[in-house]
Amino acid sequence: MKISREDVLRVAELAHLELSPDEVELYRGQLDEILSYIGKLQELDVSHVEPMTQTIPGDLAATHLEAPVSVGSQSDRSGSSEPNLRDDIIAPCNIGDEVLAQAPDAVKPFFRVPKVIER
Amino acid sequence: MSPATPWTIAGVREALQAKKISARELAREFYTQIDRRNPELNAFLTLCPERAYAQADRVDASMAQGRALEPLAGVPVAIKDVLSTRGVRTTCGSKILENYMPAYDATAIERLEGAGAVILGKTNCDEFAMGSSNENSAYGAVRNPIARDRVPGGSSGGSAAAVAAGLSVVALGTDTGGSIRQPGAYCGIPATMPTYGRVSRYGLIAFASSLDRIGPFATNITDVATVMAVIAGHDSNDSTSAALAVPNYADEIESPVQGLRIGVPEDYFGEGIDSEVKAKVQAGIALLEKLGCKRVPLHMPHTDYAIATYYIVATAEASSNLARYDGVRYGLRVPGATLMEMYRKTRERGFGPEVKRRIMLGTYALSSGYYDAYYLRAQKVRALIAQDFSNAFQKVDAIITPTTPTPAFKLGEKTADPLQMYLADIYTVTGSLAGVPGISIPCGKTKAGLPVGMQIFGPHFGEARILQLARAFEKADGFTI
Repeated sequence: MKISREDVLRVAELAHLELSPDEVELYRGQLDEILSYIGKLQELDVSHVEPMTQTIPGDLAATHLEAPVSVGSQSDRSGSSEPNLRDDIIAPCNIGDEVLAQAPDAVKPFFRVPKVIER
Repeated sequence: MSPATPWTIAGVREALQAKKISARELAREFYTQIDRRNPELNAFLTLCPERAYAQADRVDASMAQGRALEPLAGVPVAIKDVLSTRGVRTTCGSKILENYMPAYDATAIERLEGAGAVILGKTNCDEFAMGSSNENSAYGAVRNPIARDRVPGGSSGGSAAAVAAGLSVVALGTDTGGSIRQPGAYCGIPATMPTYGRVSRYGLIAFASSLDRIGPFATNITDVATVMAVIAGHDSNDSTSAALAVPNYADEIESPVQGLRIGVPEDYFGEGIDSEVKAKVQAGIALLEKLGCKRVPLHMPHTDYAIATYYIVATAEASSNLARYDGVRYGLRVPGATLMEMYRKTRERGFGPEVKRRIMLGTYALSSGYYDAYYLRAQKVRALIAQDFSNAFQKVDAIITPTTPTPAFKLGEKTADPLQMYLADIYTVTGSLAGVPGISIPCGKTKAGLPVGMQIFGPHFGEARILQLARAFEKADGFTI
């Protein structure tokens, strides 16, 4: 696997990163070396392996993860393989002003950005 | 306070109860030490004395009213700067969040303060927790307090250095591929990565969501157990947190270890390990055998694929998690004529080289045409690595390995070669991928005086078991073996 300049530019565009010409060359070499190392994953036969999508195994997760927390919950499915979802409970969250205070450019109740839609 | 006898949680408790010191005086004593030593170590990025003294006064007032002390009453703690603290700057070691003030506290922070802990400040770390030496911080490297010309490890280098230097009694770090255990090993202190789901991550600024965990640094195992009991447990704000009862760690760690089966995987002692590290860890294993543990040789055949797997899974998740830094809602904004230009300029200026490298690697691994070859394949190999662990735990109660292949390396030694830096995590990423808990405990020093770490892995939610072994090892003077 050889990473080209064009590969680096394509990935940078996907990732919304603007790179200087020096950075393009630096990352080209480094990504090439790292991906060559990662190529060792091709040595293994994984044709009969299911990809791991949960960090905690299913049987443990079914028992331990996200138990019902509310009174009168309808989501008591412990022991089943269905995902345990919590009830949709409305709770107050009055931090809007504090959140907007962190924005680089806010006009309450909005975040302001350069024009997005051209007509 | 002398470096030879560091403050412990129990020591703080006794001193407060005997009225030898107030919580406020203790906090002031720690700030004096920080003022003296932090300019050299660079372990703290932000101090929050107002918040600390308010909390200390609350503890002192509660004592004056004759109330029972909370489990961490008056205990000075340090927090890695990736955990949100309401109204206290939280940078993630990045320029993109240089002036970011979270609007809420992380659950782990809330629980620490609820138990009486006094938060002194926020500690330095590799940018967005990406690194193994703390040299990727936008705010400068941290020095290892044991050997000042060496790295403290990373990414939680500031938290490890703070505890090792006596600048806080305990600290919180985060571990995605070794970021608690590796700096713990390099700085010579116990460092714990709990099971995935054991500690709520609400308010932890995400790096790789299927791997990130929060855990404590301390100077002794009893303190680890006390902090774990406070921060562990279900949180309705984190859907990945486990609704499993939290054991009484402080009691369980005193149980005898006689008859426990300890697995020793040959795969962790092969090519690339420093001979002194190997000898120390083998001496550590011999000590556990002397204490009555039964040694079981293991083979974990996919160990050698863990770094490659990790750097696909972790960077893919990071490329997605870090997409949120676009200059719109918080952090740095570099103006642009169009929205897209603003995004690109903001991210170009705000992110450091390692973060960009990982975002690009992860974006590449997820991009059309490469997804199956990289990301999907890595998720399959991850399943094989997890299988190695579940097979092992059919036969053993815990797994013992070195934490790192070498002791702390020199500042600047690996910065030009990212792949060599990644390989410093070779013994820690396996447990990260499998979701199991692990602890690094001190296991003597090399001839040059550099700390060696021994790692203990346990089965999912087996924290009590690994802490029990660590405590027995500590009592038998294994830390100075």
